[in-house]
Amino acid sequence: MPGGLFLAVDPWINWDWLSTHVPHVLDALTEHVELTAVAIAIGLAISIPLGVLAHRRKPLRLLVLGFFGAFYTIPSLALFALLIPFTHLGGTTAAIPLIGYNVLILVRNVLVGLDAVPRDVLDAADGMGYRSTARLFRVEIPLALPAIFAGLRVATVSTIGIVTITALIGMGGLGSLIDEGQIENFHTPLVVGTTLTVALALAADLAIAGAQRLAIPWARPE
Amino acid sequence: MSFLDSVWRWFVDPAHWQGADGVPTRLVEHLHLSAESLAVAALIALPVGIVLGHYGRFGGLAINISNAGRALPSFGILVVAFQVFGLGDLPVILALTALAVPPMVTNSYVALREVDPDIREAARGMGYRELAQVLRVELPLAVPLIMAGVRTSAVQVVATATLAAVIAGGGLGRYIIDGIATQQYVTTAAGAILVALLALATDLSLAGVQRLLVPRGMRLLNAPASTRAATFKVA
Repeated sequence: MPGGLFLAVDPWINWDWLSTHVPHVLDALTEHVELTAVAIAIGLAISIPLGVLAHRRKPLRLLVLGFFGAFYTIPSLALFALLIPFTHLGGTTAAIPLIGYNVLILVRNVLVGLDAVPRDVLDAADGMGYRSTARLFRVEIPLALPAIFAGLRVATVSTIGIVTITALIGMGGLGSLIDEGQIENFHTPLVVGTTLTVALALAADLAIAGAQRLAIPWARPE
Repeated sequence: MSFLDSVWRWFVDPAHWQGADGVPTRLVEHLHLSAESLAVAALIALPVGIVLGHYGRFGGLAINISNAGRALPSFGILVVAFQVFGLGDLPVILALTALAVPPMVTNSYVALREVDPDIREAARGMGYRELAQVLRVELPLAVPLIMAGVRTSAVQVVATATLAAVIAGGGLGRYIIDGIATQQYVTTAAGAILVALLALATDLSLAGVQRLLVPRGMRLLNAPASTRAATFKVA
């Protein structure tokens, strides 16, 4: 039984268990990173073109923000559960909701970035003879990058947290350690899984901030 | 019979609308856990955010708390709370409260900070004392952003309350978790639909409350006040 009595017996970290289960923990960590990376990469691949299109067409902007806004409101466990009959337990079912959430965060930030490009800059680019595609890739998107990076950080940190819930639909990842601790009433995997999730989120956040510094040194991350 | 038909049959079966595992009971459990947690969190978070925002102190802390909150895995926090406090509503409410506090602190801080300094000055010039200035000038102007924070927290609390079923709690999450455990995916889907509808309804009804609370003067101004909370999703 969990609760007061049990606490006295089971320490929060059992170092013996941990030392013999390093590969087990590393597997979970790797699975966690993989699912997060897939959800972020596909999210970005959808969001940048979608954001550019939505920036140019007002009705599309309202449609995209409305649809993904509603999608974002729906709890992840509900979406996983709704997808199980169609995509079964596993990676696809886990990835689709995560991608959808990331699209909302990223599209919104692409739009914020593109909206903030000053009119004068666009006029100057036109005056210098840029065609619209060249202007987009060489003027507008570079100027929108700080906002896109900010969105990328939020999306990554959120995704790392939500990936733990995919353990409930049979996925691995750090959530499976949390689930293990829960089912067996054994604290060590629970504490290791939770702590590593937080650490992974903070590390990813720092890494992306670092990448931003290298990629666009003129705009300091907040 | 197609899957969707089965889900439809689940919903129209009167057996699912009564008793301890019926939709009304589960819905009330879910709302009870969510409302209690949100109320406790608001009582803690709003005064802190409002006071810090009014004085403009500890801005870094007030803003970074929602970044930190985003990194907390709701599932892990819930299970840790269960292991510490055992069975019952208490661990769920504590975990949900902890997750609901950060967006409300950040938003109410930003809301108070964004009040036009000229308006603060005018209030002082008109002889408002500090408390009256906060209550009658700054707070009404801060309502849209504060409510945006409350909405964000509320939706996350409703979403995370679904996970209470994992630690033997009640709520609509029971259908999802029990359905997965017994491979009765019709039950799972029915629970998922109920949870999704509840989250959307929470967001929409709080948007309505927000609309009612915004002072008429502000609505007339049609000011492009930023009413969107910081993006926050933990479940």
